[in-house]
Amino acid sequence: MTAATHAAPAAVAVSGAVPTTAQHGMTAHSDGARARPAIPVQTRSERFRSVHAADFPPVTGREVAWKFSPTARFTDLTDGDLDGSRLPFTATDAAGVTLSWIPRTDPRIGTAGTPEDRAAANAWTAVTEALCVHVGGENEKTVTITRSELGTAPRAAHTVIEAAPHSRGLIVLAGQGDARLSENVEILVGAGASLTVVSLQEWAPEAVHLASHFARLGRDARLKHIVVSLGGQIVRVNPTGHLAEPGADIEALGLYFADAGQHLEQQVFVHHDAPHTKSRVTYKGALQGEGARSVWIGDVLIGNTATGTDSYEQNRNLVLSDGTRADSIPNLEIETGDIAGAGHASATGRFDDEQLFYLMARGITEEEARRLVVRGFLTEIVQKIGSPGLEQRLTAALDMELRRS
Amino acid sequence: MSVLEIKNLHVNVATEQGEREILRGVDLAIAEGEIHAIMGPNGSGKSTLAYTIAGHPKYTVVSGEILLDGESVLAMSVDERARAGLFLAMQYPVEIPGVTVTNFLRTAKTAISGEAPSVRTWIKDVRESMARLRMDAAFAERNINEGFSGGEKKRNEILQLELLGPRFAVLDETDSGLDVDALKIVSEGVNRAKANTGLGILLITHYTRILRYIKPDFVHVFVAGKVAEQGGSELAERLENEGYDRYLPTEASVAGGVSAGAPAPSK
Repeated sequence: MTAATHAAPAAVAVSGAVPTTAQHGMTAHSDGARARPAIPVQTRSERFRSVHAADFPPVTGREVAWKFSPTARFTDLTDGDLDGSRLPFTATDAAGVTLSWIPRTDPRIGTAGTPEDRAAANAWTAVTEALCVHVGGENEKTVTITRSELGTAPRAAHTVIEAAPHSRGLIVLAGQGDARLSENVEILVGAGASLTVVSLQEWAPEAVHLASHFARLGRDARLKHIVVSLGGQIVRVNPTGHLAEPGADIEALGLYFADAGQHLEQQVFVHHDAPHTKSRVTYKGALQGEGARSVWIGDVLIGNTATGTDSYEQNRNLVLSDGTRADSIPNLEIETGDIAGAGHASATGRFDDEQLFYLMARGITEEEARRLVVRGFLTEIVQKIGSPGLEQRLTAALDMELRRS
Repeated sequence: MSVLEIKNLHVNVATEQGEREILRGVDLAIAEGEIHAIMGPNGSGKSTLAYTIAGHPKYTVVSGEILLDGESVLAMSVDERARAGLFLAMQYPVEIPGVTVTNFLRTAKTAISGEAPSVRTWIKDVRESMARLRMDAAFAERNINEGFSGGEKKRNEILQLELLGPRFAVLDETDSGLDVDALKIVSEGVNRAKANTGLGILLITHYTRILRYIKPDFVHVFVAGKVAEQGGSELAERLENEGYDRYLPTEASVAGGVSAGAPAPSK
């Protein structure tokens, strides 16, 4: 067996210290096996997991899962008591999609993944029931579930989104208003199913939202998973995609816009665990204003059974002002030499003043020119969502973000 | 009758070593319908003049004036100057990912005219203008300058010149990097714009080649940040034969002298 662990150096950009056209961390590789001496890098697959909060020591902020997060500002979610009762939501209707509350003893719970941090385990322990979203039927359909009345008391939630074999659908999980929420979302994609899940964070300015998404993809299943984080004080959505059976395919997309004082984080983990599986991870973010902060960590593990894997992950950040910080850390672990391709890329760059000059030299105002450039940068993700209504809504939301500056 | 006047213009550029003087007293007057060629060796300040007229923030006007119909443009922002009727065809047009040519052209036209163009005539205008510049229709849906060849970028600049209809256009080395076919197409576009709108043109070039296709009314030779000589199109022919050597200082005077010029603000 050939084994290689490749942990890319942390790419950090602190604006104000980088030159105008700073582009760094532009790395991409497709080499399968690079022999290295044993460096004690803990691999993602060996990270501690448990559904019991008590199994995790109290959070210090030094843990590998927490070292980029402002943990002191949400100890209530990691270490306190959470309200685990049914949470209020509204949902649109579509034939083929049914919503129900299921007991925590339901056999589906826990089949997609297990918490890797104390906030997720705390929520897991606290909930009494989970909201089950069952997707059946081969027609395309969309259901939007909106949580907008969560209040300011710390809460826990558990959602199971289950796509029956060969079903198709798009589920939007939207958050608005106040929240102090720690939640787990399990996504079960049956054989041959094609599911899109959008986690849309448009919370109020003081909201804190910590989420772990666990997706398990069956044979030839396809999941498009999209994290859109715009509103909230601290938003951390960590999606894990387990490509458990041959032919499984995940496209993990992310879009974020961090304003002054906002912390937006996403730790993406894709586990190739079967032959001929494919993953594409693309996260793009913009940062604007004093203290705007983003964190992206992309872990890809290609297991020793995952021959013929095709994987690529990338993160791009556009820095619009001074006083921001973007961390961007891709990691790739490969345990088999027989892969079709694996690579990663990360780049964080300042807003290009020459682009602004070019547009303004054609009569376009500075405000409009900035909007065009930022929209252009983020549009790649918006256009991949595959829902015209949602695309329009997001474009409008992004314009609002830009106007706020 | 519109006129663009440049009076005793002194311009500094910010460099890592501090402010550096590039233009040292430029005087020029371009009336509507006239073509003025500005020629000169590398580093003589030609591009600085172009970017200063457009209002690029990298350049500081130390003294002098730029007047459009008697009104100073120096206090105007870049976009205000464009809306007042100035146009700069860039030497190195930048790429703007995710912004299509169509979207950009419509946004710019709306900004310049103060109202959105009528959909039907606008689409027709764009299509016809592109066809005349031998640009494939698929261009319109591509992102601005992304993956464009050198010739495609320059044609895209002239497309904007034709569609936006400025009163004065500065063409900054539009001919550089073009093969003869592209040079002819681009020159035809400039001549067409002039015939249609009667705009005044400041044609900045290092070579005389483009002057075979665009006939200048006046030629100004730029050396060390100011106009060293001016004349009619016969001056261009003389430069073609003799080059810039006779304007350049002898080696003795170069020592201790200041070399003028700064690269165009491009990447």
